[in-house]
Amino acid sequence: MPIIKTEHLTKKFKDLVAVNDVSLEVEDGECFGLLGVNGAGKTSLIRMLTAVSPPTEGKIWVLGKDLEKHSREIKAALGVVPQVNNLDPDLTVLQNLMTFARYFAIPRDEARKRSMELLKAFELESKLRSRIDELSGGMKRRLLIARGLLNMPRILILDEPTVGLDPQAKYMMWNKLTEQKSGGVTLILCTQNMEEAATLCDRVAIMHQGRVITLDAPRTLVQKYIGKEIFEIEVEPAKREEMVGELKKRGLEFEALLGRIHVFHIEPDGAKGPLRDLPGTIRSRAASLEDVFLRLTGRSLVE
Amino acid sequence: MKTFSWRFIRVWQRNRDVFFRLWHSELPGAVAEPMIILLAMGFGLGAFIGLVNGGSYIEFIAPGIIASYGMYAAVFECTYGSFIRMEHQKTYDAIIATPLSIEDVTAGEIFWGATRSAMTGTLILIIAAAFQLVHSPWALLIPAVSLLGGLVFASMSVLYTSIIPSIYSFNYYFTLFITPMFFFSGVFFPLTSFPGLVQDLSWILPLTPLVYLTRGLVTGEMNGTLLMALGILIALVAVLFPISLASMRRRLMV
Ligand SMILES: Nc1ncnc2c1ncn2[C@@H]1O[C@H](COP(=O)(O)OP(=O)(O)OP(=O)(O)O)[C@@H](O)[C@H]1O
Ligand SMILES: [Mg+2]
Repeated sequence: MPIIKTEHLTKKFKDLVAVNDVSLEVEDGECFGLLGVNGAGKTSLIRMLTAVSPPTEGKIWVLGKDLEKHSREIKAALGVVPQVNNLDPDLTVLQNLMTFARYFAIPRDEARKRSMELLKAFELESKLRSRIDELSGGMKRRLLIARGLLNMPRILILDEPTVGLDPQAKYMMWNKLTEQKSGGVTLILCTQNMEEAATLCDRVAIMHQGRVITLDAPRTLVQKYIGKEIFEIEVEPAKREEMVGELKKRGLEFEALLGRIHVFHIEPDGAKGPLRDLPGTIRSRAASLEDVFLRLTGRSLVE
Repeated sequence: MKTFSWRFIRVWQRNRDVFFRLWHSELPGAVAEPMIILLAMGFGLGAFIGLVNGGSYIEFIAPGIIASYGMYAAVFECTYGSFIRMEHQKTYDAIIATPLSIEDVTAGEIFWGATRSAMTGTLILIIAAAFQLVHSPWALLIPAVSLLGGLVFASMSVLYTSIIPSIYSFNYYFTLFITPMFFFSGVFFPLTSFPGLVQDLSWILPLTPLVYLTRGLVTGEMNGTLLMALGILIALVAVLFPISLASMRRRLMV
């Protein structure tokens, strides 16, 4: 049984459709990635899944229960790391965790124990008594994630958790998330970092203009939309039209970006196979999730 | 309509903790100002004012100060305080992602505002008693009445907070509503000094029954109008409290 299931989920803000008819299932124990350009609707979707924003249409089930009817019970099992920092600036670092634990009705001693463990794990011990505005941006981010783990959630929902972290902290975080996952926690990870999605996620959904336009394992997506390698043709603006015409004539799959053209699904043989005799510099490299993202959500300049 | 649960107490506790952590920045102002008003107006102005209803002027205004500064405590807490927590600090957003609902959060804010009112009212009562301005054992009920008045003003203020677009909108609330109420609810002069129509109208302002009730308990002169004042306050809470919960849901659950 999926741990989260949505059916025809839609969110409208007046005339704007932020999430458009999304039906998806998240499996128990998987890490589910959510990708999409700014404004694609990721945060709007996540806010509905965490019961802080009512859907305009559609239904959500979490842990087999109707979210609308059992929101308290379900929220008790969720860890939420929001995109926007909402730590409590009137309280110290430790008080933030202790106060949050009280919202979950975690007994005081237990709350203290867990808070200290989390502060240690996230290297914030020395900031115990600091006020929130005395923390650096990355420290706030770390505390926000620590706070999300306080209630030992069954499902951890993270909206761009590693934005603004230094590389060390980012790897520490990936490590922590992997640990959570091996502990049986289901992860929903919304991110702009393609490497992060490819490293951590079992499956990713790419959202575009409120819809989920594709959903699969990162590797499968790369295979499906790009192939093993991607070919990049650098082309002068003046020659661009001509090049696009030529590629069309040869029946190739491509995406024209600014200053360069990406060509997909090419089995190179001989002198670059189907790309032989093209003017301009042609380079190839291993295809990645980022290429898939660009291809599917690219602001393409030609059809 | 969705209602709140006992969990609202968590929000109340959060506000209490913050208050007592920062009490040295809040408390002196909360006590000093009513003290100054009471003494300056009572002794200063009182020297030129003849006996009001048979007592001294300072005895007349003491219950009004208790009621109106209780009101101010609740109003400030649930206007600027609540708005900053809601919009600037995103504290409500953080809390509603836990098992608490938006109704719990709103109720916690209102009860905390009412608690501030009761704390302020009680403190001024003690000071007034120290100046021997309190003569009736009925005054022991004043903390409860301050709490009830606090619930009225906190509910009303949260309701206003839930509909305004920006923090500057509080200017209207204070200049058009709270300040006039401070002067037209019988705090500084008996309502009987106004023309009849104004007297009747002033009973629409919720501070009027609160001042009337507080004054009755301080002087110990019991009459039927006190029960009417109590009834008005209870009715106001019964109406305003659920409306402000619903209005906060409308604003935040988007
Ligand atoms: N409270 C709101 N009121 C009106 N419109 C909103 C609101 N929240 C989001 N939107 C709109 O909904 C759309 C989707 O926004 P959303 O925040 O879900 O995007 P996102 O995918 O999370 O983007 P980002 O990567 O920038 O975080 C945007 O067009 C945004 O302007
Ligand atoms: Mg977002």
